[in-house]
Amino acid sequence: MTPTCNRCCAEALRSRVHLLADDEHRDGPAMLGARKRMHTISEPYGSELASRRALTHLQRLEAESINIIREAVAGAENPVMLYSIGKDSSAMLHLARKAFFPAKPPFPLMHIDTTWKFRDMYAFRDRIAAESGLELLVHSNQDALAKGISPFTHGSAIYTDAMKTEALRQALDQHRFDVAFGGARRDEERSRAKERVFSIRSARHGWDPKRQRPELWRLYNTLKRPGESLRVFPLSNWTELDVWLYIYSERIPIVPLYLARERPVVDRDGLLIMVDDDRLPLEPGEEPMRKRVRFRTLGCYPLSGAIESDADTLPGVIREVLLARHSERQGRVIDHDSGGSMERKKQEGYF
Amino acid sequence: MAALEADSKRIGSQGADLDYALILDGLQAEREQGITIDIAYRYFSTDRRAFVMADGPGHEQYTRNMVTGASTADCAVIVVDASQGASIQTRRHCAVVALFGIRRIAVAVTKMDLVDFGEEPFRRVRDEVRAFASRLGVEDLTCIPVSGLRGDNVVARSERMPWYDGVTLMEYLESVESHNGDGDDGPARMWVQSVIRPEADPGFRGLAGTVIGGELRTGQPVVILPSGREGQIDRIVTFDGDLEMAAGGQAIAVTLEDDTDVSRGDLICVADDPAGVADQFEATIVWMSEEPLLPGRNYLMRIGTRTATATVAPLKYKLGIDTLEHVAATQLELNEIGVCDLELSTRIPFDPYRVSRDTGAFVLIDRMTLETVGAGMIRFALRRSDNVHWQAISVEKSSRAATKRQRPSIVWLTGLSGAGKSTIANLVERRLHRRGNHTYLLDGDNVRHGLNKDLGFTAADRVENIRRVGEVAKLMVDAGLIVICSFISPFRSERRSIRCLVEPDEFIEVFVDASLEVAERRDDKGLYGKARRGELVNFTGIDSPYERPEKPDVHLDTELLTPDECADRVIEALVEAGLIDA
Repeated sequence: MTPTCNRCCAEALRSRVHLLADDEHRDGPAMLGARKRMHTISEPYGSELASRRALTHLQRLEAESINIIREAVAGAENPVMLYSIGKDSSAMLHLARKAFFPAKPPFPLMHIDTTWKFRDMYAFRDRIAAESGLELLVHSNQDALAKGISPFTHGSAIYTDAMKTEALRQALDQHRFDVAFGGARRDEERSRAKERVFSIRSARHGWDPKRQRPELWRLYNTLKRPGESLRVFPLSNWTELDVWLYIYSERIPIVPLYLARERPVVDRDGLLIMVDDDRLPLEPGEEPMRKRVRFRTLGCYPLSGAIESDADTLPGVIREVLLARHSERQGRVIDHDSGGSMERKKQEGYF
Repeated sequence: MAALEADSKRIGSQGADLDYALILDGLQAEREQGITIDIAYRYFSTDRRAFVMADGPGHEQYTRNMVTGASTADCAVIVVDASQGASIQTRRHCAVVALFGIRRIAVAVTKMDLVDFGEEPFRRVRDEVRAFASRLGVEDLTCIPVSGLRGDNVVARSERMPWYDGVTLMEYLESVESHNGDGDDGPARMWVQSVIRPEADPGFRGLAGTVIGGELRTGQPVVILPSGREGQIDRIVTFDGDLEMAAGGQAIAVTLEDDTDVSRGDLICVADDPAGVADQFEATIVWMSEEPLLPGRNYLMRIGTRTATATVAPLKYKLGIDTLEHVAATQLELNEIGVCDLELSTRIPFDPYRVSRDTGAFVLIDRMTLETVGAGMIRFALRRSDNVHWQAISVEKSSRAATKRQRPSIVWLTGLSGAGKSTIANLVERRLHRRGNHTYLLDGDNVRHGLNKDLGFTAADRVENIRRVGEVAKLMVDAGLIVICSFISPFRSERRSIRCLVEPDEFIEVFVDASLEVAERRDDKGLYGKARRGELVNFTGIDSPYERPEKPDVHLDTELLTPDECADRVIEALVEAGLIDA
């Protein structure tokens, strides 16, 4: 171990060794494949340690994100970190704390609350806000709530536009935030693969793919005209696996829903929807089943599909990600409305 | 993959097979037009490595996107269609990649299926690409025949191309060296991003940034540019605890031992190898805006964490994109690359781009629209003297000489061989030494044994001999010395050019005059004899001319004066010129 390494690399390595050792006795054929990949991709995380000064892959990603967060704040008048309670938000918040240590991050957290999140998520959110000492702003689209817009009554497209896109616009306008951090990653979805790290938005919060600025080297253009704002994505270059490894090695707290447990679910068009509270209307004769499930991504519970899984520990989750053949957003109803739907949402101001 | 299959049926150009291009061509406009407009970033890892792939468009009108991908790449894969051969596009790609300092290039010769997996078409493309790549100075170029349709030579070796025994594309990517010389070996620097001042600890001033190049250590002396202030690293602070040393690439905060006034945009450099500081540069610029780059116009220039105002001087030339040859031009249009001078509002710290991407690359931003309109690479600073790093207390020629109570100068003795130059020069130096002056004697014979031993006595070599002596004498003058030079130096023009190297009053020309007969009679080295016998050629006075000084500062007639008297005359002249005390 070189003295240049901080804790994360040591633990990432240890965790990998650990993951492999852990599993010695339960190798199925699928596991063999996963083990091979885990074994092998540990190289980029580990082998460069042989050279004296090289950073591990996770260390590079961490340093890049910290650099981005600092640059964004330096160019901001009134920054905010959008906090969605998910794993990516958790990693991003952790990076922000590192970026300004020993000071606190100089911005509040803001949760755009659709009011349909899992109960576990709300509990976790309040705990993290208290522990981090950062101000937590919560915003919901009150007009839409008053109109009774819900994922059941209006369909996922209208619901998402009202409770997420419009709610976000309202909140940014109300607080006059000029820079908003988001935890989106380029590997999540096709149109995000082309998103800039610093994404310029019009005064109407719209995203014009043709107006996005070229980003060369590590030089980010953080300037904006009056009314314009920037969405900043410090995790742009992280993959789902990177995020999980980082969470594991840094011991970052996450919502328990990411880990498998027996939960009540119903099957809706092939998606396993968890019956998190009594607002979920059951079809006549529909009985919630108890299944051992977990979530790869967390959104609104009526729109988040669970996967059947035995991964009840972080190492288990990481093993599953290594084996995964589907995109993590596969369980998101809103992405599948039609081809190019994310791009369209973004043009309208969605993250 | 379900999403891809659905799309593939709708738009795909590959019949029932999946169209892999659809994975990359993410934006709707691109998918419908079947072209890649923007850069798409994809992530994958294999047995050996984790990769970030920036998929850049090939079309000429998207050069700006291509250079975006190139700016952070360690290695480039250029795709050439085997059925069409190397195109203008291919040349452009190679040129851009070479220009951005990517040293390793793989050329994937694709669509081998369209040329029946033949070796001949592959060789043709390979030789073509190699030919112009080598003209661009690209040495590390690997050509691989592939077919994306069924993955021939992409990951697995193709059975349909048994004639090919090189690496597959993936083998290449897994083994290619990822170091790209972007300062990772260079001296340590750090742009200050912000100053961290926690409420809880008002005395703490953490300078936040990412280390460039080598390591920073606690206790290390540093210099802050552009101010030139010196300091020492006290602590290296991170969330995970203090470090003794931070490596290149790490994001840290440092505190300095003295509470030095440092702010965002400053560059912390290791004191023994700091960056340069200048306000005029020659730079290569890639233009990325619909509005052309206009000479005389102001742009914001972002380099590291610093922003300055830059005025663009008239364009020197454009780069012809297939060969990087110079083409005359007055302005740069979208996607064109050119070289011009920039004049900045303030002095900024920098390294040339080839030394470090992080301190040599910049972007230009339009002051009105605030769009990023250009990307640039510093070639060098224009004012040579500024290229040496600037120090807060700059030690100059005058301050060096002041400690010696003298003014530096060159006392240049010229005359025929045997005229008595060396004798007089020695006497002059002894006198000056006695007076407490700091001198150095450069003598023709001595210099020719070392510095100039590669030079002969042709006219060209004589000129070079004197030119080198002049430069050495100039350095010594800069060091504050009185330099006595004793050289035949037969040509007026070269004596004049040495006079021009230093300030006008720092050069004293002493003509040691003796007629050829007298000099030849003195001939204690026997050189005239040899020359007369033809054993020496190009001997001054015999078969090579001596041009007498027209207005020497001191004229010594050695047929009338003794060597001691001559030396006295020289000393008197130095006093008179105010170069030494009376």
